[in-house]
Amino acid sequence: MADLSVDFAGIKAPNPFWLASAPPTNSGYQIMKAFDAGWGGAVWKTMGMPTINVSSRYGSTNYGDTRMAGFSNIELITDRPLEDNLREIREVTERFPDHAVIASLMVDTREEWIDIIKQVEDAGATGIELNFGCPHGMCERGMGSAVGQDPVVLKTIVEWVMDAAKIPVITKLSPNISHITDPGLAAVEGKTDAISLINTIKSIVGIDLDTYAPYPVVDGKGTNGGYCGPAVKPIALHMLKELAQHQQIKRTPLSGIGGIENWRDVVEFILLGATSVQVCTAVMHYGFGIVREMEAGLRQFMDDKGYQTIYDFAGKALPNVTEWKHLNLKHDVKAKINADKCIGCNLCYISCDDGAHQAIGLPTDGSRVPNIIEENCVGCNLCSLVCPVEDCITMVQKDDGTQQETWDDLTKANKIPDTFNDVRAGGKGHYVPEPSDAFKTKRKDKSGW
Amino acid sequence: MSEYKKPSSPAEFAKNFKQKKPLMNQTEAHFESARCLFCYDAPCMDACPTGIDIPLFIKQIHTENVDGAAKTIYDSNWMGNACGTVCPTGVLCEGACVYNHQDVLPVQIGRLQNYATDKVISAGKKLFSEGVDTGFKVAIIGAGPGGVSCAAELRTLGVAVEIFEAKDNQSGLLINGVAPYKITNEEVQAEMDYLQNQLNYRIHYNSPIETKAQIAELEANFDAVFIGVGLGATAFRNIPGEDLSGVIGAVEFIEKLRLNHEKTLLGNKVVVLGGGNTAMDAASESARMGASEVTLAYRGTKEKMGAYKFEYDLALSAGVKGVFGANPIEILGNGNVSGVKFASASGEEFVVDCDQVIKATGQAKSGGLFELIADLDLDENQRVKVNPDSNQSSNPKYFAGGDAINGGAEVVNAAYDGKLAANGILAYLTNKK
Repeated sequence: MADLSVDFAGIKAPNPFWLASAPPTNSGYQIMKAFDAGWGGAVWKTMGMPTINVSSRYGSTNYGDTRMAGFSNIELITDRPLEDNLREIREVTERFPDHAVIASLMVDTREEWIDIIKQVEDAGATGIELNFGCPHGMCERGMGSAVGQDPVVLKTIVEWVMDAAKIPVITKLSPNISHITDPGLAAVEGKTDAISLINTIKSIVGIDLDTYAPYPVVDGKGTNGGYCGPAVKPIALHMLKELAQHQQIKRTPLSGIGGIENWRDVVEFILLGATSVQVCTAVMHYGFGIVREMEAGLRQFMDDKGYQTIYDFAGKALPNVTEWKHLNLKHDVKAKINADKCIGCNLCYISCDDGAHQAIGLPTDGSRVPNIIEENCVGCNLCSLVCPVEDCITMVQKDDGTQQETWDDLTKANKIPDTFNDVRAGGKGHYVPEPSDAFKTKRKDKSGW
Repeated sequence: MSEYKKPSSPAEFAKNFKQKKPLMNQTEAHFESARCLFCYDAPCMDACPTGIDIPLFIKQIHTENVDGAAKTIYDSNWMGNACGTVCPTGVLCEGACVYNHQDVLPVQIGRLQNYATDKVISAGKKLFSEGVDTGFKVAIIGAGPGGVSCAAELRTLGVAVEIFEAKDNQSGLLINGVAPYKITNEEVQAEMDYLQNQLNYRIHYNSPIETKAQIAELEANFDAVFIGVGLGATAFRNIPGEDLSGVIGAVEFIEKLRLNHEKTLLGNKVVVLGGGNTAMDAASESARMGASEVTLAYRGTKEKMGAYKFEYDLALSAGVKGVFGANPIEILGNGNVSGVKFASASGEEFVVDCDQVIKATGQAKSGGLFELIADLDLDENQRVKVNPDSNQSSNPKYFAGGDAINGGAEVVNAAYDGKLAANGILAYLTNKK
């Protein structure tokens, strides 16, 4: 049976499933309940200076019949007294000595950092996480993402912390920046023990169409929130990969955060180099019990693949994530529709005709199974993505796999084209309809009274 | 064998005749509308006789533009609410839903349609206004789905309309002929009122058109006439005993049932003669009225029945017993009916005891009116012949739709005909001017 335990920059935990610093880690009660449910660690809701929170704090992006596909909050760091948090940290660490109990911190001056680090260490925290990420509220006071967006300041604070801390330190990064490697490198240069990412993304999740105020609405007004939940996972994965591939950063343990909800998400983060994961929105949506599915799925995956520990496959997808210029231009796939599976929704036709390359034709045989116009199919995948039937449209490889040519090869061989001669584009094998042909495809409309 | 207790109160009647397509709540509508794939050239639209833009109205429901959804529906079909529940959606829009090919339940289009239209009807939301007055005046004979649809459409086109209705209520078969578990009288009336309140057409009740003098008056006072009459009473089949007490036509029985509900008189052992959808309705309804035995007797084979399979299944599920290859040769009894004598295909005779016979053996043609109108061509089944692009008859002043041209089909067909004719009328009158 797989061993899920982790040693993350010296922070030990029975498994890599940790709660991110957020409302689910607001109290000892919640964290004990979470550990009892199977979570291996928790990053305590950020402690710092006194705050006052507003009422009406969360907003959500619902999609189709799915609630909270994206989630936004304007809640600040903890508003509970520091001494209460410290007392509860002690209680939790005594009751769960093998679990990761990480104190998330956000203060301003060097003295404040040194002071609070001492206090959480004395309380028994097994690690520290520096909150340089929250993009709402605290950043207006020069903390949170205000630090995460300024690598020089970030590095300075990390250095203060590393001077003072006796327990492992994780620097949590903000995604609200052009190049995540800038703050990532600053954290490493400041000698951080580990990095976690991403914090939330600056966002407005919606506007009330009657009051014209952004959600969440606070007495007729709103502000930007921090966006998270399943919708942000792709952004998090990319930023994780950016750090995991960076020469100066990649040896630093990375804790993945951002839209993780199930075992597949967990495996994906690990494959891109994370060796612990942090979860918030999924717990806010479904409760701590969601970890059952993550753990069962991760174990199944590891057993199926023959992995003993997560380190056996951590980062295994990284070699395959490359730059565009290294992609094989000779690789050629074309869509294929399985007529037996096709249900005739014609979404592939219209998505291709209106949204891609006019490479699918409507049936003329009385059926509703569209046909692929091979010479126009550039192998973009769109039809296979919109098709509602599993494995009905597949992308079939047409090249024999022996040819290899990349943009980088062309560059090095001084063969970069100076004319438009892509075989997959207009003029070469691929026809583009005349603009006026647009009116010929108008759908028949019975109700055109 | 019938599972239903005889209803003795409105509540018991409502329970026995529980709606087959109950009104959706908002949550149901939210989840159900999320399932629509927004097919291109959607087969459901093609399958709808009125061509409602179904993917659009479902998307509108999902984005909480329910008024817009209702507008989309009514733009194509003035009987939008009624059709949501009384249409045989399983063989029309829902039968065409692509999910069927995936062995996944089709989107419940009918109930979604009913949901959206119910919202605007309940709120009295005005979605339509009368068009700019054209000065034209049109008479409509019959306030059924065809006539009312024609009237509503004509008003939006700026044409004045007066409807002449033989009965003292409107909606035709919707109140008088549809099975009570498909739609309630109140729901039908609410949609009728909703349309009439917005579009102000006048209905003359208890005003059958029966004489040449009346026709002459209509022709003198109106620029065109729409014939929207239904079929006549249940036809006689010339079986001995048809005049016995306890023998009733299905159309007459259903009308009584719709108007009197649990107070409708019905025997305890019922034989229904026929194999069409009306026979299935009458049989289902008899069972739900608490008859202890209901026998559906059809002279042909089960496969030859004209009824939709789902209607037969519904009758079976209500406790009806089907007997096939049973040709009725005599209705037995002395004053009151006591049984029906049948001959099987092989000529064997047998008797089914009963104290009630419901004949669902076809309705008389509505030919009487047609004979009063000059130059009105009819087909061999006494149906008015019309140009399918305009529903104009051989007498250019007359247009027709619904039962008058199809011999008895669905409400949705009449709704389409009425709307089509209205546009045909306007085009005709405009060109003539």
